[in-house]
Amino acid sequence: MNTPSLAALACALPICLSPLAGHAANDADLAEIRKQLQQIKDAYEQRIATLESKLAKAEGTATTVATTAREAETLARQASLRPPATAPASGFNPEVSLILQGQYRKMKDVEHRQISGFWPGTTHDHDDDHNHGASQRGLSIDHTELVFEANIDPYWRGKAVFAMADGEVETEEAYFQSLALGHGFGLKGGRIRSGIGYLNEQHAHAWDFSDAPLMYSAMFGEHANYTADGAQLKWVAPTPFFLEFGTEIGRGAKFPGTDRNGNGIGDGTLFVHVGDDIGASNSWRAGLSYLQTKAKGRSSGDGFFTAADGSDAVGIFDGKSKTMIADFVWKWSPNGNPKYRNFKLQGEYFQRQEKGSLDCQDDDENPCNGGAGVLSDYKTRQSGWYLQGVYQFTSNWRVGLRYDRLDSGSRKFYENTANIEADNYRPKRVTLMADYSWSEFSRMRLQFAQDKSMQGVTDNQVWLQYIMSLGAHGAHKF
Amino acid sequence: MKKLLFLGFISAILALPAHAALKIFATVPEWGALAQEIGGSRVSVYTATTGLQDPHRVDAKPSLIARARSAQLVVATGAELEIGWLPVVLRESGNREIQPGRPGYFEAAGVVAMRDVPQVLDRAHGDVHAGGNPHIQMDPRNILKVAESLTARMVELDPVEAMAYRSGLQEFSVKWQAAIQRWQKEAASLKGIPVLVQHDAFSYLNAWLGMKQAGVLEPKPGVEPSGAFLADMLARQQAQPARMVLRPAYQYDTPARWMAERAKIPAVTLPFTVGGTPEASDLFSLFDDTIRRLLAGLQQK
Repeated sequence: MNTPSLAALACALPICLSPLAGHAANDADLAEIRKQLQQIKDAYEQRIATLESKLAKAEGTATTVATTAREAETLARQASLRPPATAPASGFNPEVSLILQGQYRKMKDVEHRQISGFWPGTTHDHDDDHNHGASQRGLSIDHTELVFEANIDPYWRGKAVFAMADGEVETEEAYFQSLALGHGFGLKGGRIRSGIGYLNEQHAHAWDFSDAPLMYSAMFGEHANYTADGAQLKWVAPTPFFLEFGTEIGRGAKFPGTDRNGNGIGDGTLFVHVGDDIGASNSWRAGLSYLQTKAKGRSSGDGFFTAADGSDAVGIFDGKSKTMIADFVWKWSPNGNPKYRNFKLQGEYFQRQEKGSLDCQDDDENPCNGGAGVLSDYKTRQSGWYLQGVYQFTSNWRVGLRYDRLDSGSRKFYENTANIEADNYRPKRVTLMADYSWSEFSRMRLQFAQDKSMQGVTDNQVWLQYIMSLGAHGAHKF
Repeated sequence: MKKLLFLGFISAILALPAHAALKIFATVPEWGALAQEIGGSRVSVYTATTGLQDPHRVDAKPSLIARARSAQLVVATGAELEIGWLPVVLRESGNREIQPGRPGYFEAAGVVAMRDVPQVLDRAHGDVHAGGNPHIQMDPRNILKVAESLTARMVELDPVEAMAYRSGLQEFSVKWQAAIQRWQKEAASLKGIPVLVQHDAFSYLNAWLGMKQAGVLEPKPGVEPSGAFLADMLARQQAQPARMVLRPAYQYDTPARWMAERAKIPAVTLPFTVGGTPEASDLFSLFDDTIRRLLAGLQQK
């Protein structure tokens, strides 16, 4: 405070003086001017001194206030060391989190947006007239996910995930999980995302790309995951590396199965996971999974089968569906510290065999080709894979590349061979993404894809997406 | 015949390996080292992270689940330090004994006085920890408190070795108290020294040595600083000069180096935990090295 004002004064003086000096030649005038200046200077100095003392006083008071405030704060902190004895009942409220997702998406307008050569997994009734955010063009919000999670008691933990969209709430997951079985066992019951594959258990907000790999859409339909109402038992082996076995039984109502309104068990899975670290910087996990389910009256809907005369035909499948998945994921980060830089490579392969009968009908559910109802054997063996790499190069930025490939494989229609056209096709897609995360809780992603999953269509897609999570967002799995 | 069976039984018992070591899963190196100090050869310690990993940001890796599966005691910091991975690891391990609330789950933050407990919980303030600042290991007096409680827990879980654990603690605490006296004497010149920190990780260290935290190079906890933010900090530095910039070894050095170069003050990398620097090989050398580095920073002009 002091120095600048004096400096200003000192600077000002010669400037004030110089024009004066030119005109006032005689000494008396000069002496008078000097006297006046001295008076001004004295007055200023006095004022400055007064101001300074006032300031010092004020500062002293401020410091005292600050110190008192700090002491009070420390006391408050010490007091908050232990929760008060009478913690409010709301302390037992579950951890709640809400995930906001939305996007701008530019892509071609295709009437039947489904992967060529693969049975469309549209088990929802509303799909014809209702598009979810993920397949909508332009601006839209995706499902808003609401998650509740808490320990129920020392023995069980519960979790529910609801996906909300206009006019509907879907229970994505709702299960209890054991905490106290011990010996490496874990039991889950309720609606569970199956432990098969790698990506299956992950909710959309945890994906590294805006959409699921083609393989997951081909295997499980629009929602790109296999969920069943049932139970899961897992066992972690007491080995120095990670070895886990799991099995599930469920209702099997979801594609590739169908809801069969029966008393029995609809689906079964088996899976094994192996994993470990290599040095401090590398970790990996690999898995092998098997899903068996049954379908009754599974309709292909429009646009999948084409009758020999070129009109739409509808196939109704009854039979067994067996899926095998091999997956691996490898993560690298310098010294195992992924915050600034890390790389994740992930790939999965699946093969599905379906065996049963196919009832060929045309649009009006009349028998195919105008003949009598054509019921034939049906046998397919199809496969596909994807490989993706995501590199994080600063604490905020990541880039990723994904390649999808499917093979419509062998499809045998037996008596229906003449009634149904089945071209072999190998859908593929290349996807490039870059995303920015302000924190662990907010992310914005730009994605480009060249999608050749539909025969004869090359769909160049642009996708700008945000994912924001509010509240007690729990840890993600590896 | 009966006698023969009896003899066989006795020899079978003798043939069994001596009392198996208590399997401890420590989330961070300091608790692994502490458990080792107390338990010696009677414990087998697995440390989930190294001194160069950010304990806030670790994946729930398969290897961690495998180790947690067989652990008898998990020693964690708590106060949400490991919230991003430990809950998943514990649940996925299928190990009942180490679930929170069981004797096999120990939280160090539960036995010391926590600092920086936020008055308001709002993520607008960054990645705040509701339980307070979790970096409690930087005050050696806390280490002693944790050692006492941890020993009690080890005795509870493995009563056969109670004597050994208690004498381990006794030996450690005598040595440790002497070391604290020595460190305090060595670090006397650090009292009142204003310091900048890259992450709010030195609250306890500052409180212990009487250093003054002049600022944090993170706009909010866990949020990387922008250029504008650092420039602002630099302007403040010219008004209220700090003597050095402190950084835990696991963090990127960019912000600390930026500030140090422009403010012409030394950037001091502190081991922060066992293994953070090559010199910090155990708990004693952790503080030896910390104080040595601080004093070196102070002398550097």
